[in-house]
Amino acid sequence: MQSDRNAPLDKTAALEICRSMGQITSDSLIPILQQIQDSYGYLPAEILFEVSRQTGLHVNHMFGVATFYEQFHLEPRGRHTIKCCRGTACHVRGGREIANTLKRQLGVEEGCTTADMRFTFETVACLGTCFLAPVMMVNNDYYGNVASSRIKSILEKYK
Amino acid sequence: MTTKKIRSHQHLKEAARRAQKVRQKYRCRALICMTGCRALGAADIAAAFKEKLVAAKLNKEVAVVETGCIGLCARAPVVLIEPYEYLYGGVKPGDVDEIIETTIRNGKPVESLVGVEDGNALPKIDQVGFYKAQHKAVLENCGRIDPKRIEDAIARGCYEAEAKALCTMAPEEVIEEVTKADLRGRGGAGFPTGLKWSFCRKSPGDEKYLICNADEGDPGAFMDRALKEGDPHRVIEGMTIAAYAIGAANGFVYVRAEYPIAVEHIGIALDQAREYGLLGKNILGSGFDFDIEVRIGAGAFVCGEETALIASLEGKRGMPRPRPPFPAQKGYHGKPTNINNVETFANVPLIINKGAKLYSSVGTDGGKGTKIFALAGKVNNTGLVEVPMGATLRQIVFDVGGGIPDGGKFKAAQMGGPSGGCVPGQFLDLGIDYDSVKDIGAIMGSGGLIVMDESTCMVDVARYFLQFVQSESCGKCTPCRVGAKEMLHILDAICEGRAAIEDLNRLERLADHVGKASLCGLGQTAPNPVMTTLRYFKNEYQDHIERNQCPAFVCSTMLSFHIDPDRCTGCGACARACPVEAIAGEKKKTHVIDGGICIRCGACLGACPPQFAAVYRRSGKLTKREKQKKPRSKS
Ligand SMILES: Cc1cc2nc3c(=O)[nH]c(=O)nc-3n(C[C@H](O)[C@H](O)[C@H](O)COP(=O)(O)O)c2cc1C
Ligand code: SF4
Ligand code: FES
Repeated sequence: MQSDRNAPLDKTAALEICRSMGQITSDSLIPILQQIQDSYGYLPAEILFEVSRQTGLHVNHMFGVATFYEQFHLEPRGRHTIKCCRGTACHVRGGREIANTLKRQLGVEEGCTTADMRFTFETVACLGTCFLAPVMMVNNDYYGNVASSRIKSILEKYK
Repeated sequence: MTTKKIRSHQHLKEAARRAQKVRQKYRCRALICMTGCRALGAADIAAAFKEKLVAAKLNKEVAVVETGCIGLCARAPVVLIEPYEYLYGGVKPGDVDEIIETTIRNGKPVESLVGVEDGNALPKIDQVGFYKAQHKAVLENCGRIDPKRIEDAIARGCYEAEAKALCTMAPEEVIEEVTKADLRGRGGAGFPTGLKWSFCRKSPGDEKYLICNADEGDPGAFMDRALKEGDPHRVIEGMTIAAYAIGAANGFVYVRAEYPIAVEHIGIALDQAREYGLLGKNILGSGFDFDIEVRIGAGAFVCGEETALIASLEGKRGMPRPRPPFPAQKGYHGKPTNINNVETFANVPLIINKGAKLYSSVGTDGGKGTKIFALAGKVNNTGLVEVPMGATLRQIVFDVGGGIPDGGKFKAAQMGGPSGGCVPGQFLDLGIDYDSVKDIGAIMGSGGLIVMDESTCMVDVARYFLQFVQSESCGKCTPCRVGAKEMLHILDAICEGRAAIEDLNRLERLADHVGKASLCGLGQTAPNPVMTTLRYFKNEYQDHIERNQCPAFVCSTMLSFHIDPDRCTGCGACARACPVEAIAGEKKKTHVIDGGICIRCGACLGACPPQFAAVYRRSGKLTKREKQKKPRSKS
């Protein structure tokens, strides 16, 4: 997504998001952060400072909230997001081995992004498709009844 | 736009009749689950139906309906054909031609797609054991309507209860009816709903709020998801009745971000309800105003706890706070707030329509009405299940669930997620309601029911839940933040064979402290999975500690893989499957696993051809030969 990490980011989208929120109250913070992340893929610090200038919401408070919730990321993300379920249903059907295999093949721990920015690897509490256990998701594609031996071919679909 | 507005109870009845007429124009309806089944290609099936019905010139008499969850997720993608009631599972777009020819044109079932039980083909939905033992009430519309079309919901009687309550009952009467029905909260704790509403109604102040808790963070639970996706109007109706009862003008639905389809469907349903005058200003001409806003969670399990959820709505870190004051006294921005679970709201229309007496004729003293369970884990018919309160685990797991796959043996059912416990086989015939489950150390919880068989290690399950709790703890109070971590360390040690038997006492003491001294439900109930497994499966803890053995072959440090030299033919399948090259051996010669390199993933066990079955695993004491680590020959 970000070709040059040091290039300044385009702030237009952030300004538009702040404008579209109408009256800003403390309630607005999480929806704003969600939209910023949808638009930029993560929460870049410089954008948060800009949002703070626009809305009067405190940066301090923003980082506090952003670091509390799992959904928010302060670092750029890989091109594809892998979500491996660690829910109970998946766990009793061998979910841990799937996560371990992914870790081995990607060479990163959970929550991390591969050096080539191809994949971000996360585990989630439940994908709500427990009947397919064990389940993993790449972007918006579900893979159910996953066996470790299938993982390599699944990952190859995403460049 | 204004033409669609429904302005009175009478007007709603007419709208329902009109919608039913539109429905009757079609002699046949193909219902396709487009929520859970979407993960397995339901969209392609729907597209194939639409295209082929047009080609066959049947599109005027046959409707394609994209529904919510039909229930039997195990056979996804699922298609139901009305009026024949034929239920098809594992459908592929290529099957559509045959369904049209055989069923839609000739009214016969397609044999290859119907369910089979004990060798008998069971084409009709009400013949299938999975449905026979259920009691669909709250889920009556789920899987039968297109949740994106309000007309479908109205045709099935949705909003009838809202009209009755708002136009003919006083708020106090509504509360009284719900109290008499003995409805208890479906979000976990089972608090009496009528009582909660009356607290909020009596709380001083004009500005009150209503919140629908749709966070459903419990891993292994998908009931609320199914309701929101499959019948969102019922939830909106229940919320509106509740708002009227407590006197709230504004409401929120707090949905977790992992459920994009639910967010979409609720959004559509809210827009349509407003358009029809069933939500917003002067609802149904009653003079009552109420509107609902959707908020999306940001991924924190603890935000399912009511005070944390409110903090999150206010744009803060989602941390619980001590109660009292309860939300009914001081909730959202300090105003009286009533918060209920999705399924609780979905029960309300039933009570208003049927009356408290009829409603509470189903169930037991420890719980009235029905309960929806998300059945998952080691069970054949995974899916969405609704049974009367008081149904036994045996009915749920064996009659509805079809038993354990691959001839496995039932070991336990985990109920209530991280706050709940593992219910062992000796309680299979116990009727399940709030009180009975509590008596045996688990909780009813929100309805996740995960079946475990002999291949599940109960110590590992306890560790799993502690890991979950510990990573989701908000960190506000020490017993939960530090205590849960300490407990986890002990369980890690047990699972890795480093523990002594005295550690069990320490574990129990810690569990007691954490349960008593934590601030919110997360910490208070965190010991439950440990305590129930200790109570009912102590022998497994002892095996781990005293014999260094995991009877279920799960705890990997106690596990080793070996190749039986008498059976190995040197085909090399295991060596190719091993991800870390721990297997050595020349072609056609006996292979050996290097225990030092082996990561115990089990790939070789799966790879060894069944006719040789030379790879085996061992937990506990090793034979002399097994102990030797180095392979005899290197390749
Ligand atoms: C850690 C924690 C998580 C919870 N998660 C949920 C949840 O996901 N959904 C829910 O309805 N209730 C959840 N609850 C229970 C709520 O605090 C609250 O009791 C419930 O929403 C009340 O609704 P009810 O009376 O209709 O059950 C949770 C409680 C705790 C302590
Ligand atoms: S019990 Fe745990 S989750 Fe609840 S307030 Fe304390 S630290 Fe936070
Ligand atoms: S436990 Fe994995 S999808 Fe629910």
